[in-house]
Amino acid sequence: MTASATRAARIHALQDEIGSLKALLAAKEAALAREVALVEQDHEDNQDEVDATAAATERLNKNDVARFSRHLLMEEIGVTGQLKLKHCRILVVGAGGLGSPALLYLAAAGVGTLGVVDYDVVDLNNLQRQVLHSETRIGIPKVTSAAIGIAQINSACQVRTFNCALTRENALDIVQNFDIVLDASDNPATRYLINDACVLLDRPLVSGSALRMEGQLTTYHINGGPCYRCIFPAPPVATTVTNCSDGGVLGAVTGIIGVLQALEAVKIAVGLPAAFAQQLLLFDGTLGKFRSFKLRNRRPDCAVCGDQPTITRDLIDYEAFCGSAACDKTPSLKLLSPDERISCKDAEKLLRAATSTNPLLIDVRPRLQFNICSLPQFINIPYAPPNTQDADFIASVQELLTRRESAGLPTRPEVVLVCRRGNDSQLAARLLKSTLGLDQVVDIAGGLEEWSRCVDPDLPMY
Amino acid sequence: MSLEVTLEFSGGAELLFDKIKSRVVALPVPRPDGAKWTIRAFLVWIRDNLLKERPELFLQGDTIRPGILVLVNDQDWELIGELDYELEAKDTILFISTLHGG
Repeated sequence: MTASATRAARIHALQDEIGSLKALLAAKEAALAREVALVEQDHEDNQDEVDATAAATERLNKNDVARFSRHLLMEEIGVTGQLKLKHCRILVVGAGGLGSPALLYLAAAGVGTLGVVDYDVVDLNNLQRQVLHSETRIGIPKVTSAAIGIAQINSACQVRTFNCALTRENALDIVQNFDIVLDASDNPATRYLINDACVLLDRPLVSGSALRMEGQLTTYHINGGPCYRCIFPAPPVATTVTNCSDGGVLGAVTGIIGVLQALEAVKIAVGLPAAFAQQLLLFDGTLGKFRSFKLRNRRPDCAVCGDQPTITRDLIDYEAFCGSAACDKTPSLKLLSPDERISCKDAEKLLRAATSTNPLLIDVRPRLQFNICSLPQFINIPYAPPNTQDADFIASVQELLTRRESAGLPTRPEVVLVCRRGNDSQLAARLLKSTLGLDQVVDIAGGLEEWSRCVDPDLPMY
Repeated sequence: MSLEVTLEFSGGAELLFDKIKSRVVALPVPRPDGAKWTIRAFLVWIRDNLLKERPELFLQGDTIRPGILVLVNDQDWELIGELDYELEAKDTILFISTLHGG
């Protein structure tokens, strides 16, 4: 054999070997996940026993000393601080972009017990920022994946997993088992719920959030300071809330905020002053700037931490309070009547019969999304309120109609609109009808997500 | 005569204002009605001079909508009188839209 043929053979052999190792790894991780789930169950059964043992072991063993030597050498932590971490129980709500880095650093720091709440499973689109999960764990519950990830860094860390959404029914039962809580969730309803549970059980709350290039961080209900409700007595109107699945977020930005949450929790655990109590930290990833602001005092009239609270241990209906679901999924809008819309199947037939000039096919998604994928023949005129001005959209469509008119085409053509989910296309349809007098406007119900489900599974979804 | 203050937006609030995060604005003094430049009056000025459409994404009635924090010179406006605070030259007024993602 020639040298290059030998090399090619070696490459093939290595590729085969790596392939089977990957398969073996996936099988082992699945087996580990099952075992971890069983251990979780045992933990819950034996928790009292574990707590008693932990309290009795008031010193660090040889292994602990070696592992945490860089902490032990610090005035701020030392042996006393490390022991406090070992006996501390920290709950992280959300094992996503913020929770992943927070859990990594808390586990590595030697926090004795970590609780993880999440109802979701690991998805491919999580891996860009949710660094605790891995390719081999796609499809398994995030809490299980988190427990595996934590065990790989620090197998002595006790992990308690809660594979469910945090609700008014279970919140107090879960939170009461922990000393410090991290809000790493992704929606207002859950944020109010976590806050109320922390106030009622008197736990400090380290709350982080991130979107696009920015992050925010505050520690609530600590040292007599304000709670989340003191700062935000009324919830935002649902339509003004942008989630990461629509707005996007840079992975390192969630990483920075999540790691800062871990830092704050470690400091609280060892008894150092909380840096973000009554402070709002703002991180602007574009400018590379951190800014910090003094927030108001606790409000005596706060509904939960005030002098005469109205929210008690029954908690409230948080989804009704916020007017939005306790998740980051975008709800479907029902604005147009069924005869003003067209199904994906019917749209497919209509598009097959379409000519290059009729009907007028407009994709109203933001340009960035249009660049990811689009249907043939559609042109992009973005309409994504609140980030697009109505006037700009109308002007662009009007300009197109004028161009068509000078080319001798009908001025009031049939129009088919599409967007990502079939929400913005409805708003755009209504706008075109009311302002430009276009009367033959339909939108594709369910948008490209539905199209990818029922017409073309190869259309990339994001 | 004018009163110059720095107006800043963050957390997505800048999307309502041509994506400009920081600008210096000159407010006419004295005001036509002779009154002081309170934040209450400043919000009206912003609505009339800078907001193109959808004022409801920024204002609710005569105050700021829930979900936007107002900071004057790096302090929560609640600490200094909220709507009744009187602007001074060189003040920085920052409107932060709170983030909920994670």
